[in-house]
Amino acid sequence: MTIRRALALLLAPALLLAACGDDDTATRRDDGPVTITLVTHDSFDVSDEVLAAFTEETGIEVRLLPSGDAGSMVNQAILTKGSPQGDVLFGLDNSLLSRALEEDLFVAYESPALDEVDPELILDPEHRVTPIDTGDVCLNYDKAGLEAAGLQPPTSLADLADPAYAGTLVVQDPSTSSPGLAYLLATVAEFGEDGWQDHWRALRANDVEVAAGWEEAYYGSFSGAAGSSGDRPIVVSYATSPPAEVIFAEEPLDEAPTGVVEGSCYRQIEFAGILAGTAHEDEARQLIDFLLSPTFQADIPLTMFVHPVIDVDLPEEFVEHGLRPEDPYLLDPDVVAEQRDEWIREWTEIVLR
Amino acid sequence: MSSLSLRAVARAFDGEAVLRDVDLDVADGASLALLGPSGSGKSTLLRIVAGLEAPDRGRVLIGGDDVTSRPAHVRGVGLVFQDQALFPHLDVAGNVGFGLRMGGVARAERRSRVAEALELVGLPGYERRDPATLSGGEAQRVAIARALAPRPEVVLLDEPLAALDQLLRERLLVELRALFDELAVTVVAVTHDPTEAAALGDRIAVLLDGAIAQEGPADKVVGRPVSADIAGLVGQRNVVAGTVAAGGVDTPLGRLPLDPAARTGAVRVLVPPGALRAAPSGALAGTVRTLLFRGGTGFAVVEVAGHRLDVLAEPGWHVGDPVRLDVDPAGVLLLDP
Amino acid sequence: MGGRRDRLGTAAVLAVPAAFLGVFFAVPATTIVLTGLRPGGDWDLGAVGDVLGSASTRRVAWFTLWQAVVSTALTVAVALPAAWLVGRVRFPGRSVVLAALVVPFVLPTVVVGTAFLAVLGPDGPVAAVAGWVGVDLDLRRTATAVIVAHVFFNYAVVARTVGTAWLAVDPAAEEAARTLGADRWQAFRMVTLPRLRPAIAGAASIVFLFTFTSFGVVKILGGPRIATIEVEIHRLTTQLLDLRTAAVLSLLQVAAVVAALALHRRAGRPQGVGRLAAGRSALRRPRGRERLAVGLTLASAGLLLGGPIATLVWRSFDTASGPGLLHYRTLGTIGRGRALFVPPLEAVRNSLAFGAAAAVTALVVGGLAAVGLRRLGGRARGLADSTIMLPLGVSAVTVGFGFLVALDEPPLDLRTSPVLIPAAQAVIAIPFVVRSLLPALDAVPPRLTDAAAVLGASPRRAWWEVQARLLRRPALGALGFAYAIALGEFGATVFIARADAPTVPVAIFRSLSQPGALNVGQAMALSTILLVLTAGVVLVVDRIADARIGGF
Repeated sequence: MTIRRALALLLAPALLLAACGDDDTATRRDDGPVTITLVTHDSFDVSDEVLAAFTEETGIEVRLLPSGDAGSMVNQAILTKGSPQGDVLFGLDNSLLSRALEEDLFVAYESPALDEVDPELILDPEHRVTPIDTGDVCLNYDKAGLEAAGLQPPTSLADLADPAYAGTLVVQDPSTSSPGLAYLLATVAEFGEDGWQDHWRALRANDVEVAAGWEEAYYGSFSGAAGSSGDRPIVVSYATSPPAEVIFAEEPLDEAPTGVVEGSCYRQIEFAGILAGTAHEDEARQLIDFLLSPTFQADIPLTMFVHPVIDVDLPEEFVEHGLRPEDPYLLDPDVVAEQRDEWIREWTEIVLR
Repeated sequence: MSSLSLRAVARAFDGEAVLRDVDLDVADGASLALLGPSGSGKSTLLRIVAGLEAPDRGRVLIGGDDVTSRPAHVRGVGLVFQDQALFPHLDVAGNVGFGLRMGGVARAERRSRVAEALELVGLPGYERRDPATLSGGEAQRVAIARALAPRPEVVLLDEPLAALDQLLRERLLVELRALFDELAVTVVAVTHDPTEAAALGDRIAVLLDGAIAQEGPADKVVGRPVSADIAGLVGQRNVVAGTVAAGGVDTPLGRLPLDPAARTGAVRVLVPPGALRAAPSGALAGTVRTLLFRGGTGFAVVEVAGHRLDVLAEPGWHVGDPVRLDVDPAGVLLLDP
Repeated sequence: MGGRRDRLGTAAVLAVPAAFLGVFFAVPATTIVLTGLRPGGDWDLGAVGDVLGSASTRRVAWFTLWQAVVSTALTVAVALPAAWLVGRVRFPGRSVVLAALVVPFVLPTVVVGTAFLAVLGPDGPVAAVAGWVGVDLDLRRTATAVIVAHVFFNYAVVARTVGTAWLAVDPAAEEAARTLGADRWQAFRMVTLPRLRPAIAGAASIVFLFTFTSFGVVKILGGPRIATIEVEIHRLTTQLLDLRTAAVLSLLQVAAVVAALALHRRAGRPQGVGRLAAGRSALRRPRGRERLAVGLTLASAGLLLGGPIATLVWRSFDTASGPGLLHYRTLGTIGRGRALFVPPLEAVRNSLAFGAAAAVTALVVGGLAAVGLRRLGGRARGLADSTIMLPLGVSAVTVGFGFLVALDEPPLDLRTSPVLIPAAQAVIAIPFVVRSLLPALDAVPPRLTDAAAVLGASPRRAWWEVQARLLRRPALGALGFAYAIALGEFGATVFIARADAPTVPVAIFRSLSQPGALNVGQAMALSTILLVLTAGVVLVVDRIADARIGGF
């Protein structure tokens, strides 16, 4: 083979595709609409029409920058403080809140739409961050699976330490997963800062399975998920997972195939904030307003399976099959900020090593 | 064509002197063989002449011009390497025409000159051949054609025949000599083989310990080496030690006649084979140890008093025969201490 | 001729690679390490003692070490028969097999991890076979899985390196031993094996280097319980923001890498160019029982290397309604529940474009480095050689994150610049380019340049006419290999790729981390496309370069 022919073979695909591809029109700086960047975690989702509506209304284009899970997203933001990667950050939850605020990541902004929001959710009185949605991390169980194993659904966290439930539970690694962390915090809240370690030792003795992330746990190991080949009937998931099962079922269902353990829930609040150092503060504010608008808030139940913070109609399935726990666990964000890393370290030693 | 001169050329590597004070002259159109043992600095000297290395001291003159500071690519010297060093990525024509291309010769003229050069070395029509497919002799000839094509002022050959087998070597020796004579090029050939040296060079210069130990017409250097070391180099093995006495020199072989000696005391003498003749009542008595025949002529090694001497064999000699030899006093050479 | 001019020339040549690697490698890496060890400007060197002394560090370090040792030993043992094939056996399809061996090496770890998950999981062939003998086998998230995947990746390193050395060993020596009374094994052990030892040691140290610093494989196949130093660094940096511990671990890893590289240097540099196609006299058709050995080796290699790849390809065609092209057809669109914000096909376009830029950059920078290295002598060269290899050993996490932190101020605010991805990919590819070109440069006889000079070529012209010409093929080979590496690079890219301009490995990773059969299927389809692309590049390169690709 001659050299010329080889060169042609090697570079042709690149040239070909480059020639017939679209031009990248993502950012046109000087003339044309302004583009702002929304930094999110990987689980962020929004309908195209909703984003398009924002652009139509304001003339601002939004570019999305998924940055791993919530924890790594915040860490990246901290590391790039001052020269942020984007203009607005979404997906900071209450367990990461204090640390983010401590690092002065945000510019304060009090959106007028906050009038519609439950004041209990506004954890930062200085409005450096704005609550956008809430969710509950709870134990989910596979009704059919438990029945087949001759077990009653658990009613509290402590039940899982009972040998009868050996080999039934799959959780997520709190260092890589937000629901995983929430579950750990729930056990801390329930058993105390000195008691949760023993509980987890018991869980380990009970053969608890640990997955890296939610998808792996839910779709890989949980027997109640549609299409899953997993064999564990109890998983750490969201209170909105049973409605999701109904919505995505291949055939219409009357009853959700999975249930939620009400006494096991930890409340998560997700925030958004304007990153300090942004060059587009005005546009960022408009985006925050939009995130609190009915258009966006009505979209999130079916895209991210969380609850809106303003009063909008929820999808039917949410109402019928969903659960809104009355008294979920919730730790003081400052305590969490202080102890989180140490707890994760301890947990890793106890459960994984 | 030009003459080549070296004046007081010296070169040292890592503190060790490889060449010290070399003076050499090669006349225009003459050929000189540079003879020396391995490691004597012959190749270094050649590289200095070619411009691939610079001398620590001294000058190189080509055609009377001092070229010492001129880089290799503008010196107009041709160099044939020991292992040919043909360009593997070019065909024979590309190799032979390389120097012409560097010199800016137009393609048409290049083609004809390449053909001419190949014709000269006896390889007509070899233009498109791949160097990797050539035999040793062919490759060497292509290397020569390559060096000659640009019509250099001086042609240097570094052990040109060392990589070839015996038969090929002899054939090529004859061809090369004829070629150089025909072209009347100034040639310096470096070799460790005295036969090659004598065949290729009108004159021989012996390089020993970094300096020219003897220089002269080939037959003189080979026939009358001035020291034992040079004698060894030129293939004269019949060296004997002895003491000067009246009318001769006393050696373990007996008293050898010597024309009036210029020295006294302990000396070494050379008795070339030509000075030894078989005589029924010769002074030396010995036994034939080895017999070699080359094209009908016999060469023998005769052991006399424990010394082995090269002798021209007589017809009828066999290995083991006792023989007697006479020494021609005019042939006995006194060697430098 | 002038010593000083020479040294200036060397410095000039090495300036470009030094600057490039300085900006895109040294600065990001040291920034992260310093951030950890000098928080707020004061040195916290006690951190080193604390971290190194802690039990969890010891545990992680120990695991990293023993899995690397086991992986290396197993790879060498398993791949030696293949080395024999390369060095001694003539069989039909030899050149294709030789090229195919390199493909696993350049595949992205994401792809391989996923393929192995499929192969080793409860639905996979391994479990099925185990089921026949009544054994319940789920090898996912075990050290075994990690080690097997390591063997898969590094098979080619041993097979081709040792095989090439084997080719260079004259079979006559072994045959002479046999005429003197040694049987085949003795002859091999006493004559050939000692000659192969440097190559085996060299290959082993490279495999050790790769397995010690392994990231993607351990992350995907090991699950949360299994952590090597690199995985731990990733966890500490991205999840816990514990830069202090991460920095110390990074230094520990660098120390281990430097030691491995020193071992590699001592083991002896690979001899010469070692063309895989030359030395024909050493190759023989297999006879009698040899044919069985050849068959077994080819079959086991096919199983080990081909199995996961075949599984991958199969899964790409496996749709809910039976085998079909659904996953491929939808690559051009963005659908509901999609994991990417751009059509996956655009990722292919991006990868090809970035890869081409990275490959050219790597060739230029690596080429200059190789030329410069040659001009250095002796120990300086060995040292510089090892330095060039460092990007392979330093944590990709450290470098990737370092990009974010270090390159954030003008004039070097490159965080969102499209330059960054080709630069990161080039950094990874450069060591391989250098390792390909150095032997080629070494193999050019200096006499040729002399000959050119005497024939009238000025030094620059001589270089162009002789060395550059002779380097054309190896350079093209290095270019192709760099291209393949760039296509598959994941570790650093995943940090710096923009959501609207992903590369294929990043796209695969994102697709895999979202639920949905369509996402998984698309990931498989993209993986298959990437596989075909890299395999194609490798095959083309092998044909034209006819030399050691990437130094293997």
